[in-house]
Amino acid sequence: MPDRITLVTALQGAGWHPAAWRTAGPAAQRLTSLRHWRDVVVEQDRLGVDAVTIEDSFTAGPVDAAGELDTNTVVGRLDALLVASAVAPATRAIGLVPTVSVTHTEPFHVATGLQTLDHVSQGRAGWRVQVSPTPREAALFGRRPGGDEAAVLFDEAREVAEVVSRLWDSWDDDAIIRDVTTGRFIDRDRIHNAEFEGSFVSVHGASIVPRSPQGRPPVFSLAHRADAPAFAVDAADVVLVTPGYGGLEARDTLALVRDAEQAAGSDVRRPVLADLAVLIGSSAAEAADQLAALDAAAGAPYAVGSGADTSVLATTVPDLVALIGDLRDLGYAGVRLRPLRIPLDSTAIARELVPALVTAGLRADVASRPTADLRTRLGIAPATSRYASVSGPAPVEVSA
Amino acid sequence: MSAKRQVHLAAHFPGVNNTTIWSDDRAESQIAFSSFEHFARNAERGLFDYLFLAEGLRLREQKGRIHDLDVVGRPNTLAILAALAGVTEHIGLVGTLQTTFNEPLELAKQLATLDHLTEGRAGWNVVTSSDAFHGANFRRGGFLDHADRYTRAAEFIELSRELWDSWEPDAVVADAPAGVFADRSRIRDVDHHGPQFDVIGTFPVPRSPQGHPVVVQAGDSDEGRDLAAAHAEVIFSLHTEFDDAKSYYDDITVRLERVGRSKEELHILPASTFVLGDTPEDAAEKARAIQRAQVSPATAIAFLEQVWNRDLSGYDVDGPLPDVEPDLEGAAITRGRARHTRDVPALVRSWRDLASAEKLSIRDLVIRVSTRGGFVGTPSHIAAEIDRYVQERATDGFVVVPHTNPYGLDEFVDTVVPLLQERGVYRESYTEGATLRETLDLPGTIRSRTRPGVLA
Repeated sequence: MPDRITLVTALQGAGWHPAAWRTAGPAAQRLTSLRHWRDVVVEQDRLGVDAVTIEDSFTAGPVDAAGELDTNTVVGRLDALLVASAVAPATRAIGLVPTVSVTHTEPFHVATGLQTLDHVSQGRAGWRVQVSPTPREAALFGRRPGGDEAAVLFDEAREVAEVVSRLWDSWDDDAIIRDVTTGRFIDRDRIHNAEFEGSFVSVHGASIVPRSPQGRPPVFSLAHRADAPAFAVDAADVVLVTPGYGGLEARDTLALVRDAEQAAGSDVRRPVLADLAVLIGSSAAEAADQLAALDAAAGAPYAVGSGADTSVLATTVPDLVALIGDLRDLGYAGVRLRPLRIPLDSTAIARELVPALVTAGLRADVASRPTADLRTRLGIAPATSRYASVSGPAPVEVSA
Repeated sequence: MSAKRQVHLAAHFPGVNNTTIWSDDRAESQIAFSSFEHFARNAERGLFDYLFLAEGLRLREQKGRIHDLDVVGRPNTLAILAALAGVTEHIGLVGTLQTTFNEPLELAKQLATLDHLTEGRAGWNVVTSSDAFHGANFRRGGFLDHADRYTRAAEFIELSRELWDSWEPDAVVADAPAGVFADRSRIRDVDHHGPQFDVIGTFPVPRSPQGHPVVVQAGDSDEGRDLAAAHAEVIFSLHTEFDDAKSYYDDITVRLERVGRSKEELHILPASTFVLGDTPEDAAEKARAIQRAQVSPATAIAFLEQVWNRDLSGYDVDGPLPDVEPDLEGAAITRGRARHTRDVPALVRSWRDLASAEKLSIRDLVIRVSTRGGFVGTPSHIAAEIDRYVQERATDGFVVVPHTNPYGLDEFVDTVVPLLQERGVYRESYTEGATLRETLDLPGTIRSRTRPGVLA
């Protein structure tokens, strides 16, 4: 069973504020080291955060107004799927949800990479599916001009999500039989080719990776622009929304998802998490001062419409607990918090917010929570293979 | 100071052909992380230069169905190596990755990431293929002519080097008072235009500890050897017999000179199996048992079917070779497996002669012709052989291929490694903080040719 409130921390560089790296000290030089990532994720894991997402892109970083790489903020990054894989052995219970783009990538590699993460984490993998819309990204591949309309990118993403899902289901749980008598390692009737032919991608064979612990790791999708809620409903198990973006209140952003579910004729109400960018101070005034200092350092306020695509809050733990309680009452499953500063605010989330949510009765404490795979932790039903009804339960072989 | 040439060893994670004995009592999962972790930690205990992982992009088929007699299923190469980065400290991690079914920007980004995560222990075994069977799992299908696969591989490697060189080592300054995270003048945009690729923009990953992951190549054809001589730092070779290994070594040395490189810039490591015993007789007995386990009755028939190119399931493996002739005209019944073109009628004729002269059954014959090669003997005999190969410049070491997963390498580490150390030809410990390239005693990065390189 999930906790009453799902808590996810969104990791990116030195934090989400463009000037955050200036508060990181020597860590700012280590953002591409395993040590940095392991320290940050292990802290979230030990103190009971449900999952971390890890951002990714094919670009080196944001561009300034002139279209030039903005080197006053963090540039350069590591591949999120590989970071998640590398920290997996050091963590115990936390979900690991890398961003993996579908626009220029091969669905086969996307599928097998995430299955492997699910194997190495023993069932804690998730996938934040993303499209890469810009001509800048397209030019790095040189295969297409870029600048495709959102509707086209999402149609392609739907196909990729479908073929990835088929590949994840392609091995039955019991496909490996190791039958020494007949010399057969697998029962090939329990492995199914994807046989997907779409207008953007086609994949014929089965995955090379045996079914992973969760079968299908949960898919997260951010629904904050046109076409995105409909895509999220088609492709994702967990939907992220951005209250405050586009003039929408939390009530409205949740309604976008529920409306899309209705339009799609779906009777599953997906868990929806509110994305909030947070700077956590010991008082509201201190938090506001610190955000103002960061904004001054960056030369511009970090806010919706100015670098941020969701509400930016300079807040305190008690205020955040109250806000999360309100979001829950609206029907949110929880929040994905984007710490403005890493590790300052990610540490505050783990060390201060988590216990405060326990005290407020919104979460169970870490010790009393059973170990579970990420789907269970998020309250999503186990992934039943699409081939389960075809092949049925494995016959019990009785030898004389 | 020892004047002896030093032995380099790599550990091949057990693969998906019949070398790997899955029916062994101690065989464990081929996909559970615990197997990989044990294997890697043991290889690191044995002070190996690197762990080597092969790659599969489609399940093998025979007679139109998935081949079910060998281990089936493996992880994604990059993801499993990244996970191993988290549980190892010194050993190199080398993955096999295709140039045909990847794009340079993405793969260069992933390899640079692996090099960061391992603090400079990443390697890339470059492989090429172009067939429609594998292509059917990818967006662009089998788009590449067979003849173009090495052209694409060469441009892929060159472009990757260009991307890896585009950030200077000190580009990230993180100067908080000045508010400058990176020095833009030390990050060069790539503007590559070639027959295979057009790539424009800024590479997303800062320069990694090694700059370039160590490039490994296994091509054996004329073109493959030239590609290796031009671009590789290690060759994963198939030439294990001493004379064969020696002539391969000499051939590569000449090819290196032709492109202005010296043999000191490249190691040749053949793959080999090792069967250890307390006495020569004990080792030979174990080798026979291993061969029987590798060639099950079903595997013996499947092996002949690949050559005969027809269904032979009606034949008795303990009886004589099939009396029918091979089907030379029909479409290949086996797919997804590297096969060397050969004169099938002559091969079949020689096998029939061998079987009749020595009264071999189908299974005996398959054991005889498919499990050759590799070392069999006592640890001291095997240590002496490895030493001889290296001192006489037939190889620079070996890629050790175990028979079982994940414990198949343990005995080698326990018994052969100490003897190599006694001979003064193998390290006593890793050098703290060494990159894979340093562990291999290789001189340095091959510069990208299209632009002046930047070296750490």
